[in-house]
Amino acid sequence: MKTKERILNRMTLRFPSLSENERFARLAVSGFISSLDPALDELSEIKTAVSEAVTNCIVHAYRDTVGEIRLEVRLLEGCRIYISVKDSGCGISDVKQARQPLFTTAPDEERAGLGFAIMESFSDKLRVSSKPARGTTVTMLRTLRTRKPADGKDS
Amino acid sequence: MPVTVFYDAKSRTVLAELSGDIDHCSAKDMRMPIDEEIMKRLPKQLILDFENVSFMDSSGIGLIIGRYKLMNDLGGDLIAVNPKPDVKKLMELAGVQRLCKLIYRKRRSLIGGMKL
Ligand SMILES: Nc1ncnc2c1ncn2[C@@H]1O[C@H](COP(=O)(O)OP(=O)(O)O)[C@@H](O)[C@H]1O
Ligand SMILES: [Mg+2]
Repeated sequence: MKTKERILNRMTLRFPSLSENERFARLAVSGFISSLDPALDELSEIKTAVSEAVTNCIVHAYRDTVGEIRLEVRLLEGCRIYISVKDSGCGISDVKQARQPLFTTAPDEERAGLGFAIMESFSDKLRVSSKPARGTTVTMLRTLRTRKPADGKDS
Repeated sequence: MPVTVFYDAKSRTVLAELSGDIDHCSAKDMRMPIDEEIMKRLPKQLILDFENVSFMDSSGIGLIIGRYKLMNDLGGDLIAVNPKPDVKKLMELAGVQRLCKLIYRKRRSLIGGMKL
């Protein structure tokens, strides 16, 4: 996703698609954005959205295998946060269908089919780009109603 | 322990106290002890206590739906109690209140010293 705002800070993590890294990923994002002093409910929503995106890589993209997940976070001007989660897994053939609430290809594993719906409601903008057999990139943008701007000036 | 399970014979209630983060990784370990107790006791109601749950994503919704189906098959009810505000928000977003009773305040119990 293209963003016109200046990038004030950024980080990239690469880690294998192991289930225990779900927690690691959301704690890493939470730590990285803490300089923006997000409110607790905003932080919780962002952690939930990251957890959904990373879990999808583990559960769906790299089903029966372990692959690499690339997580990037950018802090943009105006207290905007850009988060992208990328895998090189199986991809999604019909993204529109996959984004429908309650749609899941793994119902017998107690997936609720709500991952994309949650990412959507906990971000201002959600983009999903995917190619079957190539992988998926999920990008989220979220503006914080933050007390402390990332550029250090007091509001 | 991410889940502690109790049974009250008088009210035929299984109480499962969940704790920590509920995600895809931890939900796997929470399912089994709860379902084992349910299959052993065939209770009239299952209470899932979220008081000590600090984080939850849609895997927690899957956990609730799965237990709802099980209790529904047994002709029993599911009650979810004491979620923190963020967990409650996610439950409501997912429409969990259509499947089970949601109780937000802790109440002193009625049933054999168990809190409900
Ligand atoms: N990274 C991914 N790689 C491949 N398929 C995916 C990915 N993310 C989501 N999907 C597909 O989209 C569907 C919906 O995802 P989601 O809304 O998170 O629900 P759930 O994970 O509960 O199935 C999944 O069941 C899966 O088929
Ligand atoms: Mg999902």
